[in-house]
Amino acid sequence: MRYSALSLLGNAFSKNKNWKPAWRNPDPKPNYDVIIIGGGGHGLATAYYLSKVFGVRNVAVLEKGYLGSGNIGRNTTIIRSNYLLEGNNPFYEFSMKLWEGLEQDFNFNAMVSQRGVINLFHSDAQRDAYTRRGNAMRLHGVDAELLNRDQLREKLPFLDYENARFPIMGGLMQARGGTVRHDAVAWGFARGADQNGVDIIQNCEVTGIDRDGDQITGVQTTRGAITCNKLAMAVAGSSSHVAKMVDMRLPIESHALQAFVSEGLKPFIDTVVTFGAGHFYVSQSDKGGLVFGGDIEGYNSYAQRGNLACVEHVAEAGMAMIPALSRVRILRSWGGIMDMSMDGSPIMDRTHLANLYFNGGWCYGGFKATPASGYCFAHLLATDTPHETATAFRMDRFARGYLLDEKGVGAQANLH
Amino acid sequence: MSSLVKCPHCGLRPREEFTIRGEVATPRPSAGADEATWFDHVYLRDNPRGEHREYWHHSSGCRRWLVLTRNTLTHETSDVVDASTLKTEGAQ
Amino acid sequence: MTSFRIDGGTLIDRHDVRRFTFNGEVLSGFGGDTVASSLLANGKQLVGRSFKYHRPRGILTAGAAEPNALLTIGRDGRRDPNTRATMAELFDGLEARSQNCWPNVNFDIGAANGLLGPLLGAGFYYKTFMWPAAFWEKVYEPLIRKAAGLGRASYDPDPGYYEKCWAHCDLLVIGAGPAGLAAALTAGRAGARVIIADEGAQLGGGLIAEGSSIGSKPADAVLGDLVGELHALPNVEIKKRTTVFAAYDDQVFGAVERVQKHLPEHEINPHRAMERLWRIVARQVVLATGAEERPIVFGGNDRPGVMMAGAMRTYLNAYGVAPGKRVALFANNSQAYQTALDLEARGIEVAAIIDPRTCPNIDYDGKARLIAGAMVRDTSGRRAIKSITVRHDDGSDEVIAVDALGVSGGYSPIVHLACHRGGKPVWSDAHVGFMPPENTDGMTSCGAVAGKTGIAACFADGGTAAVKALAELGVMSEAASLPGVEQAEEKADPIQPIWRVASSKGKAFVDYQNDVAASDIMLAMREGYDHVELAKRYTTNGMATDQGKTSNVNAIGILAENKGVSPGEIGTTTFRPFYTPVSFGALVGASKGMDFQPVRKSPLHGWAARNGAKFVETGPWYRSSWFPKDGETFWRDSVDREVNTVRTKVGICDVSTLGKIEIFGADAAEYLNRVYCNAFLKLPVGKARYGIMLREDGFVYDDGTTSCLGENHYFMTTTTALAAGVLTHLEFCAQVLWPELDVRMASATDQWAQMAIAGPKSRDVLSKIIDDDISNEAFPFLAAREVSMFGGRLKGRLFRISFSGELAYEIAVPAGYGESVADAIMAVGEEFGIAPYGTEALGVMRIEKGHVTHAEINGTVTPADLGMGKMVSVNKDDFIGRVMNLREGLVDPSRPSLVGIMPKSPSDKFATGSHILNPGDDVSLANDQGYVTSMCHSPTLGHAIGLALVKNGPSRVGEEVVIWNGLAGTTVTGILCNPAFVDPENEKLHA
Repeated sequence: MRYSALSLLGNAFSKNKNWKPAWRNPDPKPNYDVIIIGGGGHGLATAYYLSKVFGVRNVAVLEKGYLGSGNIGRNTTIIRSNYLLEGNNPFYEFSMKLWEGLEQDFNFNAMVSQRGVINLFHSDAQRDAYTRRGNAMRLHGVDAELLNRDQLREKLPFLDYENARFPIMGGLMQARGGTVRHDAVAWGFARGADQNGVDIIQNCEVTGIDRDGDQITGVQTTRGAITCNKLAMAVAGSSSHVAKMVDMRLPIESHALQAFVSEGLKPFIDTVVTFGAGHFYVSQSDKGGLVFGGDIEGYNSYAQRGNLACVEHVAEAGMAMIPALSRVRILRSWGGIMDMSMDGSPIMDRTHLANLYFNGGWCYGGFKATPASGYCFAHLLATDTPHETATAFRMDRFARGYLLDEKGVGAQANLH
Repeated sequence: MSSLVKCPHCGLRPREEFTIRGEVATPRPSAGADEATWFDHVYLRDNPRGEHREYWHHSSGCRRWLVLTRNTLTHETSDVVDASTLKTEGAQ
Repeated sequence: MTSFRIDGGTLIDRHDVRRFTFNGEVLSGFGGDTVASSLLANGKQLVGRSFKYHRPRGILTAGAAEPNALLTIGRDGRRDPNTRATMAELFDGLEARSQNCWPNVNFDIGAANGLLGPLLGAGFYYKTFMWPAAFWEKVYEPLIRKAAGLGRASYDPDPGYYEKCWAHCDLLVIGAGPAGLAAALTAGRAGARVIIADEGAQLGGGLIAEGSSIGSKPADAVLGDLVGELHALPNVEIKKRTTVFAAYDDQVFGAVERVQKHLPEHEINPHRAMERLWRIVARQVVLATGAEERPIVFGGNDRPGVMMAGAMRTYLNAYGVAPGKRVALFANNSQAYQTALDLEARGIEVAAIIDPRTCPNIDYDGKARLIAGAMVRDTSGRRAIKSITVRHDDGSDEVIAVDALGVSGGYSPIVHLACHRGGKPVWSDAHVGFMPPENTDGMTSCGAVAGKTGIAACFADGGTAAVKALAELGVMSEAASLPGVEQAEEKADPIQPIWRVASSKGKAFVDYQNDVAASDIMLAMREGYDHVELAKRYTTNGMATDQGKTSNVNAIGILAENKGVSPGEIGTTTFRPFYTPVSFGALVGASKGMDFQPVRKSPLHGWAARNGAKFVETGPWYRSSWFPKDGETFWRDSVDREVNTVRTKVGICDVSTLGKIEIFGADAAEYLNRVYCNAFLKLPVGKARYGIMLREDGFVYDDGTTSCLGENHYFMTTTTALAAGVLTHLEFCAQVLWPELDVRMASATDQWAQMAIAGPKSRDVLSKIIDDDISNEAFPFLAAREVSMFGGRLKGRLFRISFSGELAYEIAVPAGYGESVADAIMAVGEEFGIAPYGTEALGVMRIEKGHVTHAEINGTVTPADLGMGKMVSVNKDDFIGRVMNLREGLVDPSRPSLVGIMPKSPSDKFATGSHILNPGDDVSLANDQGYVTSMCHSPTLGHAIGLALVKNGPSRVGEEVVIWNGLAGTTVTGILCNPAFVDPENEKLHA
């Protein structure tokens, strides 16, 4: 069923009784050309583009919980392509371009809202670093603007310009950055993939991987054994866990990150704003809630929750940036598991096994990458060559020393 | 134990006093070890669901490096030792 | 205006009349009232509008779960949006306003949305607003955002003071209803350290609303005795107005105490906290949080005047407020009948009790007409309820005129805190609710949250729970004996689950605040969003400010009913912090404004301030950046003068913020040799050496000098930015990697005031205060040793090192002497033209000299990239980063490497962060040659200069390049050059 204003009207007349399921709920078939482990954003996007662009339709997405139950449904919904390094920037810009046409493409309003992303700076050194980054973006044709204090005041009058411990000097803005309704991305990709014949199989946890020499033959799941010609992993925080099934160790640690939403308020924050003197970033949703977060907890965790110390740090940084938050109440906090790679950039590559493909290490930045990650992973799966924007995400870059370290903090996962 | 840590030198202290480094990977290779061994040590991680040994530094306390054995699913810590004992006792 | 205030009310003080305004109208209430109870007393049933359809809404509950009655209270910096009227205590002068309505709450234009109801079903926005693509941001979304949100945040600074504390106890009792009070008393009598916290203004919980007697005593007298004894126990700490909002690891609980939120502005003590955050560390916890009464989902169930039956009882008994003149009740359980009895006892007509059970097992002896086997299917009334339509079991309808309807659909245990650490609640058919998870370590549930009903049963259960919890701690205790406990009996009270009245006419709401109706949940199911989490996310059920306290279980019930499974199979969504919303103010405490983070000041801060320094934030430090003199209007006037002074005469600069580490031990030299990539083993006593520290991954971590001050004694300096990081790294190396080495270290950053004395006259100046011979022969470049000063009155450490490239020294003296020594140097230097210089001039001179800082050492460079590849030892067996530094990618000759850069035309300027392109190349990332890491105006050379990391940089000296700054829209022709712009032969250093 195609969604449109007309379909909405028609169904309103029939009391909304005739809406059809957005996707099927199939039982697994015995064999697929491609099995994708992980029914999150990246897995579903991969299936969508595999079936739509590359004509591979005999595909299953195996999800241990409900579809979209991972980080796609627990992030802070920000999209941007304000990356510094040559290996990253074109990929994220490709993703941004896919976001820009996504809703018409998959016929689902995910509320892609390019309301702008502004990174504040508070010192000459930060300004210089953002100048370098903004120019790298411009070199690739990505929009970037360096705002001074007066320009910022006009856009963000609620920031602390008067009494700040770390006075705000300006900001780097990407006007095309913004937010997207995160769940809707999972649903849109799922519905699109399903319409192309992809089987999305929920409540189906992979418990083992079957191999014959260096060839994967299939997977064992809680819903039985399934064979496949190619196996793709897109399991984010569970990357090491699944990789262990084929004795693979990864340059990845799983860390907990909390995110937060406030009570609904009349909109006053129109862009995404990140603080430069502490860990805090915020946007305001179309429902009025302030959606915000900070840094990872710092310790390895698979628990999808954090602790009070981190909550306090986030609140402190938030109020240092926006004093008006003092009487705003925080409604809810939640947690996700971040696949923190050892240089802060993702890995999308073939593996030591002939028909096993890996996609992970997205750290806390996987959401904005969702469409391009799906597209490029589908490209890799279908053609066995990396997409031109994803050639740097090689598994062997750590061993060879071609790191993609945007922050320059080295081989310690929790610093990225 | 991710809210409070029982430092063997200082007792039960809040997490805010600590700096965390991450997994206790393979032992630091010997000077003559090859690049692959070093790569493994510097970059590869077990990253288990469950018991995990990791380095915590009591930065705002005794400034000793500790090794916690902590469950990454429950956050419960079963053991905390001074990190120097890894090598000194391991050598025995 | 009719008053609904009647006799009685255990919480209110009728002598304490309090005036307040509601939407501008002046009303009055009493001390002890909540805003909700005083509004009801004044006949205000309509208090707010719902989020989506702007439907009129009234007060539903008498507690924390309130979804409807959200008001903005206060004004300016003390404005609290989205405040639950049911929790806000009334004070004199309080200003309350309705939200989300225009022009006013009685007539709200937004209500027109209701007409579009069929179009605006669950998830409608996902299916439309997509064409044309640009219209979402330009047209649709602005409209949606205009309608978004509830209250408005204040722009004004909050004048309130906030604070944070830790508390420790043996037993934390959460909730001071009958079970909690019994638990606290039991543990208190046993001598345990007890904290009992309750979100209410008064202890008592369910006891407060209890109108009848317990045992032989009136309920309020029993409560008075209990609270009295608890107050008398020194080991029991009572925290009223304190919400335990989250359970974290290791039995750490977050709680917020609303210390002065209930006071009028003139009574607020500005030195006391408005709110206080408690981090409570509890060895054991008793969870006595009670149960939430559930609404029933039927047509028109959101009309003002529809209220929870238990809330009616609270308003009646605790506040002396009648919910109406003619009331009906709709309940599927027997507890609600007590409301009928209490209403009748106060002379309020109970028109009917509608009970869906065909043969309810109750011992109700009141006057109300009991309609069994029936349901309410509709209500009427524009802004408040006028009548209900009852569907009898024979299918006939009957309209009954009422002005209030009490509803009770069963009880949902308040299990949040038992689930925050990952536990899943367990469905109980017997209790028709989700019970706390089993095996919650260190937490014992009791009372209503554990499914107990009746005051006496809760008393008994609370005592038992405390005994059990204390036994875990090895403390023997005896359950407190409380009135009525001996008669406590579990009476069978089968509840007939009722998730939705199938015959509902009109919208039957599940989530009031988010306007989620039963039809929305069923639509979500039809569309495949049938997992409880998907249904929640698709319909927004349970995502409002009340987090589904009154709606979640009904939504689960509807899903279960439609799937033909038990609600247990559907399961709940995840219970997450916070139980109720917590203000930023409370979580931030005192760390706000200028106190966001502590300030570090150099021991020379006062000296710098006296000399007119302009300070700049550098991490936690304030560093002196330049020292303007009279007549200098622009910062560069000062900086240029300072540079010229140092280059021609002498200057003094505070460098105390550099990290300083004392290193001792027989193996200290070996240790340093391993942490630096260059050789340190043979550094002689009395010498300093520049060192580069790598990370284990082979990239440069930090640089600095280390001096050998004596056998087995070294003094290391680090950059300001990485002082803490380097020490932590050094400790890791010493303690973890090489515990066998005899080496110890300590930070000495704060112990020494250190200043650079730089310029051709620096030796002349220092000679005046240093007793030792510091001639070039006696104290050559890189000499470092303790010296006697001021005729033996002070010892200092003198280092002949130079960041500026001039003849220069750094002198360190104990911090307390810093300002005196700096003053003395200024005094003796006057004849040589000495001037203080700041970090800006320091930065200019180091660029002129080609010295690197963290602008170049950005975590992705190797020593070779910085032109220091030859420093990396090839002779040492081992040092941090040795092997990984040899990787292919790190020795790639095309890596960007350090080079100087200047404009071809001396009048051109360029910016740090500009990228480098080859002339004639297209502007593209693929053509990127590198970037400018640092730049300044060089007063020595008279034009802009910079440092850059450029592919094959050093081999391209003399080449023309394009300095491209797309952000500024400028391109400048530059020339790559030797990074040492000044004195490349180092003649000045050795002078």
